[in-house]
Amino acid sequence: MSWSPGSPIISIRDVHKSFGPVEVLKGITFDVAKGEVVCIIGPSGAGTSTLLRLINALVPFERGSIRVEGQEVRDPKLDKLALRRKVGMVFQQYNLFPHRTVRQNVMMAPIHVLGLPRAEVEETARRLLAKVRLSGKEHAYPGELSGGQQQRVAIARSLAMSPDIMLFDEVTAALDPETKKGVLVTIRELADEGMTCMLVTHEMGFAREVANHVYFTDHGVIVEHGSPAQFFRAPRDARTRAFLDQVL
Amino acid sequence: MRHGGTALPVLRAQRVAQAPTLAEGLFSGWSCVAVIATFALTLLALPAAAATDSPTVVETLLKWLPLILFGPVGEFGGFALNTVVSFLAMAIGTVAGLFVGLGQLSPARWIRAIACAITQFFRNSPWLALLFFVTFLLPFEVELGGSRLPLPGWIKATIGLSLPIMGNMSEIVRGAVRSVPLAQWEAAEALAFTRRETLWMVILPQVVKRMTPPWMNWYAILTMATPLISIVGVADAMSLTQAALNAEKRDGLLLPMYAMLLSFFFLYCYPIARLTRRLERRFHVSQ
Repeated sequence: MSWSPGSPIISIRDVHKSFGPVEVLKGITFDVAKGEVVCIIGPSGAGTSTLLRLINALVPFERGSIRVEGQEVRDPKLDKLALRRKVGMVFQQYNLFPHRTVRQNVMMAPIHVLGLPRAEVEETARRLLAKVRLSGKEHAYPGELSGGQQQRVAIARSLAMSPDIMLFDEVTAALDPETKKGVLVTIRELADEGMTCMLVTHEMGFAREVANHVYFTDHGVIVEHGSPAQFFRAPRDARTRAFLDQVL
Repeated sequence: MRHGGTALPVLRAQRVAQAPTLAEGLFSGWSCVAVIATFALTLLALPAAAATDSPTVVETLLKWLPLILFGPVGEFGGFALNTVVSFLAMAIGTVAGLFVGLGQLSPARWIRAIACAITQFFRNSPWLALLFFVTFLLPFEVELGGSRLPLPGWIKATIGLSLPIMGNMSEIVRGAVRSVPLAQWEAAEALAFTRRETLWMVILPQVVKRMTPPWMNWYAILTMATPLISIVGVADAMSLTQAALNAEKRDGLLLPMYAMLLSFFFLYCYPIARLTRRLERRFHVSQ
């Protein structure tokens, strides 16, 4: 509650998470400043996607602390819905609502969750769909769009809630190289506008150009981190070097 | 978080190759009806040719037709009653089954347990036994706000038949909701929808289409099961057919009489089956 815009918007301290006997996060600690773009890279299945889900309380965790705008996520009295209104999330598989049109997908949450007037939300949807370059697709169903287009709708759907933070969970992993580009451009524009973004990604080029800070995780721990310049030019850890050799 | 079953074909845009047009569908449908009608008329004509002095079988059938269709004059019964009972039992069973089915998906363990027990009990009980049970369990009238409301047999029978529908609807709802990938729940929750909002606005609208064909199938099964209510003393098409046979006391009438009864049910249920198939196709296309 005693959060001021100067302090980290997300503060992660010694977070541990297990699924049954498997410990996927073994003490993660870092901060994200407001307006910062943070990329988390590392082998798939290293618990990075789980970390994002802890931040908006989609998944509970056993040990450690995550504060979002000063609010403890593990607090049993936490208003999860209030937290999720501040934290937008975009998924690898887009997860659009297949029975609703593009425009309805974008408008549903602001109308029903935030209770905003329809006319205002219609205007927001129009603006956001233009922003993700999907004007004219308002009345299409998700099944009629390409993967990249669906992912941009998913971004617009999240933005319609005017979140303070956006989480991106391997959002380009299911896309082919051409459609990937449009999604990355959209995220980059968001970053340029000052949106706090946290990405789990394998897009090294994107991380190098856009991220303020890069974290490399393996087996549930942060192996190495730093600015993209130092991270990509002179990785210190052998595991990081091995990983980068494989993907670059 | 697991991404459950992301490759569900029902969620993808499916184009059925060359769905037949309405005209084609109806044509094949009506030609089928015509074949059966011809068969039935031949059956009726055979004994009719033998007997010349007494009224023909067809004349006798026509005499009883209004009674079997609409019940005795001034009363409500016959095949019309079968359809009304099927409508009401379906409506009650569907609404109750929806809530029991959602109960089976409740996060609260005791609600799940109760809903599951209700579902399994009514799904796995013989319909006739349920019908007897309800008929003898319920009083013949109930007191409601000081006034006495009679509870006629056909209403009790309707409630009896709605119970197995409830059990089966509950399973349809549970299965359909479970068939939606967990990622849909996750996406809605990430947008700050409550569990209830997610269920009613995101999950259920997606599965209504998926539930419609099995739901209509159960309606057809229910309609064909309505002659059971004749056993608990309701004047439906079945018991009136039996009454007509008793009154005639004539040889060679048994088969034509029951053939007529069967044809009522066939003519009523067959279009439902056609419609079910058409809806299945249309939903696939528009998904």
